[in-house]
Amino acid sequence: MDDLMTEFLTETAESLTVVDAELVKLERDPNNADVLSKIFRLVHTIKGTCGFIGLPRLESVAHASENMLGKFRDGVLQVTPEAVTLIFQSLDRIKEILGGIERTEAEPQGDDSDLIARLTKAAAGNLSEEPASEPHASADEETPQDLPLVEHLAAQEASPLAPPVQANAQPRANDPQGVESSVASQSIRVNVDVIENLMVMVSELVLTRNQLLEMVRHKDDSEFKVPLQRLSNVTGELQEGVVKTRMQPIGNAWAKLPRIVRDLANELGKKIDLQMHGAETELDRQVLELIKDPLTHMIRNSADHGLETTAERKAVGKPETGIISLRAFHEGGHIIIEIADDGRGLPTDKIKAKALANGIVTQADLALMSEAQIHRFVFHAGLSTATKVTNVSGRGVGMDVVRSNIELIGGSVDLKSKQGAGSTFTIKIPLTLAIVSALIVGVQGMRFAIPQICVVELVRVAAGTEAQIERINQTPVLRLRNRLLPLVHLSEVLKVQGPPDAAVPSEAFIVVAQAAGRSFGMIVDSVFDTGEIVVKPVSPLIKDVAMFSGNTILGDGSVIMILDPIGVSSAVSSETTARSGSEDWRAGRVTAEKPRAQAQLIFRAGSPEPKSVPLALITRLEMVDAPRIEQSNGRFVLQYRGALLPLVVFDDGGAIKTEGRQAVLVFTDEDRNVGLAVDEIIDIVEEELNVELSAAKGGVLGSAVIRGKVTEIVDVSYYVSEVFRSWFAPAKSESSGGVSERRRVLVVNDSIFFSALIVPLISAAGYEVTEAPNADAALKLKEEGVSFDLILSDIERPGVGGNVMAEMVRNDPSWASTPVIGLVQKIDGATRGSRNPFDALVEKYDRDGLMATIRDRIESKERAA
Amino acid sequence: MSKSVDANADDFITVQIGGQLFGIPILEVHDVFRLERMTRVPLSRPDIAGVLNLRGRIATTIDCRARLGIPPRAEGAAPLAVGVEHGNELYGLLIDSVGEVLSLSADSFEPNPVNLDPRWQKISKGIYRLEGKLLVVLDMTALLDIAKRDAA
Repeated sequence: MDDLMTEFLTETAESLTVVDAELVKLERDPNNADVLSKIFRLVHTIKGTCGFIGLPRLESVAHASENMLGKFRDGVLQVTPEAVTLIFQSLDRIKEILGGIERTEAEPQGDDSDLIARLTKAAAGNLSEEPASEPHASADEETPQDLPLVEHLAAQEASPLAPPVQANAQPRANDPQGVESSVASQSIRVNVDVIENLMVMVSELVLTRNQLLEMVRHKDDSEFKVPLQRLSNVTGELQEGVVKTRMQPIGNAWAKLPRIVRDLANELGKKIDLQMHGAETELDRQVLELIKDPLTHMIRNSADHGLETTAERKAVGKPETGIISLRAFHEGGHIIIEIADDGRGLPTDKIKAKALANGIVTQADLALMSEAQIHRFVFHAGLSTATKVTNVSGRGVGMDVVRSNIELIGGSVDLKSKQGAGSTFTIKIPLTLAIVSALIVGVQGMRFAIPQICVVELVRVAAGTEAQIERINQTPVLRLRNRLLPLVHLSEVLKVQGPPDAAVPSEAFIVVAQAAGRSFGMIVDSVFDTGEIVVKPVSPLIKDVAMFSGNTILGDGSVIMILDPIGVSSAVSSETTARSGSEDWRAGRVTAEKPRAQAQLIFRAGSPEPKSVPLALITRLEMVDAPRIEQSNGRFVLQYRGALLPLVVFDDGGAIKTEGRQAVLVFTDEDRNVGLAVDEIIDIVEEELNVELSAAKGGVLGSAVIRGKVTEIVDVSYYVSEVFRSWFAPAKSESSGGVSERRRVLVVNDSIFFSALIVPLISAAGYEVTEAPNADAALKLKEEGVSFDLILSDIERPGVGGNVMAEMVRNDPSWASTPVIGLVQKIDGATRGSRNPFDALVEKYDRDGLMATIRDRIESKERAA
Repeated sequence: MSKSVDANADDFITVQIGGQLFGIPILEVHDVFRLERMTRVPLSRPDIAGVLNLRGRIATTIDCRARLGIPPRAEGAAPLAVGVEHGNELYGLLIDSVGEVLSLSADSFEPNPVNLDPRWQKISKGIYRLEGKLLVVLDMTALLDIAKRDAA
């Protein structure tokens, strides 16, 4: 007999016993609504369970009884002894069927239509006609005014109904009482409170034991040693035993899922196969209860968002039936639950856009993030990527709630997703909440417990050890196996710094931890030991301190706080991601662009974050009196050197001052100037930049860390072209059209930024510029027979690669004589020394150098010709 | 309500905090103990003195002086605390000294004077006029339900 059935039998047998007792009460006190509703509820539950596990005969009997009870409850039917007797009969029938199930594991054959008919009839009858339908009711129990009706009924119904009831009388007499025995008595149902109490007591016992052990530890020849050892063992076993009583297979939390998935599949028009593995994995019932809802939600999510529709699956060549697999297993004191689907995977771009739109992250931060980090935004409050709200999910509440629910019980949730291949959510939860093993650390003379679940390793740093804390702009980091690990001083996070003049301790420990999908290190002064601690919830008064998940009493009787690694991790991120990012980001961008040094103008405009533009692009910096700025046709202009200087402001909240002095960056394009209004010029720095390009937001080329701060690299071309579109577009075509005999320059480049700034520069110098977005396009021009006086190509970027293209140009008779200038980010020893097919190499942002080289090369070519 | 309950409800343990006499309803008081080992809770509200082990249970200790805006006590002897149970949680209230148990009649009770410091208004249920001194009745619910109070 399977667990479900055993449990059902046990539970139903108990319910029936209660119903029996309550019915008797009800008979005596027919107006007691409490008793009635209790009975109703129990019978309703029995009916529901029968339907659920597929016992039609039981269900129909229970259903009919429930109907009748419903009539009682609604006041339609009066509670009379006859009616109660009828209910008793149906209960007996239920017991009888249950007995059959217990013997044969299947519903016994039998016909209940008679009983059901009577029940239905009784339920249907209104008071005037039929308050009680029991034909067997003994007349002496009747109240006088009921008597005529009963007689009437009995006369009408006695003949068809009597025989079956009598036929059932025999088994009824034996069964209901006898049947409850075997299965039902093998397990007992204990009130959860009793077990909870036991757990508390055991926890206290563990505590006391620890205290005793602590006392005796320092005495070598204590007579208590042996008995204490025994006590210790017994306590341990007792603890294990009690924990076991609280254990339930996780399958209990899954029981409803197949049905949910089936319904969802119908509703969504998808074919879904739910595969469940490891249902027998046991965990604490408290944890089980708490994990139920998040699990259900995640399954719904997978079915709704994760899996494609049947048509979509067909289109990409996947089997029609989508698979959601649910797996549970033990791993080192924890339960791991995996929910995987083979659906479409998480839409990185949508999440990005949504995170930006909801202000969860800045463009600059986003540019530094790995895909995995971006995916994790789905756990962020208020981010649902479903564009349309379905009945199933997509209401914007969801994964964040799932995450906080899981973290509430000391668990963690993470996800892996691959576009087109599906997503896997991994939940890691402790076996039990009551007792965890923890590492005790010391910070500024205070002790804290860190749950072992998140501790990866311990690193000792002291003078002479290999591991050393290094600093980047005051941010501590640790080199750990060729990775940089962001560090936090726990004393800073907890604001328990000692006096400022205190000597720096000669050694420290770094607790390498993993929480919320992030690795980080906590710097502590000392590490004491590890041990099992009894987690006690913190008082409501200190619940709002995110750094603590609970508190505990140590073996020596003192109370210490249990650190919440997730809380600490969020402190790490707010303090350091901007500067150092996290581990997987760094791992992911090993091949990113090489650093390049160029002078950058750092300024602030609109948002408080610093922005920068390459200094080489700026013609002039101007401070103008704000009142001099005028408006023309809705745009800001400034009379500047005998012409109008159009002023543009930054998209993200930039504004033109109305008084005082306004800083303006002047950019020159051809003969025209454009002014960019900025709030404040901060600095000019020459620094190696790691620009993370990102094109998701107009006006921003990407971001880089400059002087320890994330700085937006402004895409000047965006603003300049905006002005030109509206102001100069007609003029521009005219100016480039008329002149003949201009030297022709081909610019092979895919960066709009570069084009918008360099192309005008070259054409302003009197050259006719043709642009090709990549080498392939350039070679196509060659095949079309177009010839140029000079080719300017970005080495690092486009198409087949600048080098290859230059080679091909070299080897082609029609273009062989055309000089090719390679543009590089930076000329250093390596680039200078390496062999390359270019006539010259120029740094991209060295505009004077570039112009001189172009002039020089064209002239020398013409001299040669 | 019966007579005896009434009488109990008006029984108070008197304590001194910063020179002022306070009354704590005796039904709420668990015990009075001398503070020996307390753990500070970093990042918590300034009026949370810390947490301590009270016979195997963890009690959160509230610094009544900080709560009332009275300057901290001079360093020295370990302070006393009154253990109270509220909403299944154990709390310790740091006090300067403990007095006697008083049975007070409702005749001498009156609501808070309007000019009382708002911090005091919040946690005072009212005032008993005693001979030669006034006794402020501490409202445990207001004192301990900090979150609710702040939200309100």
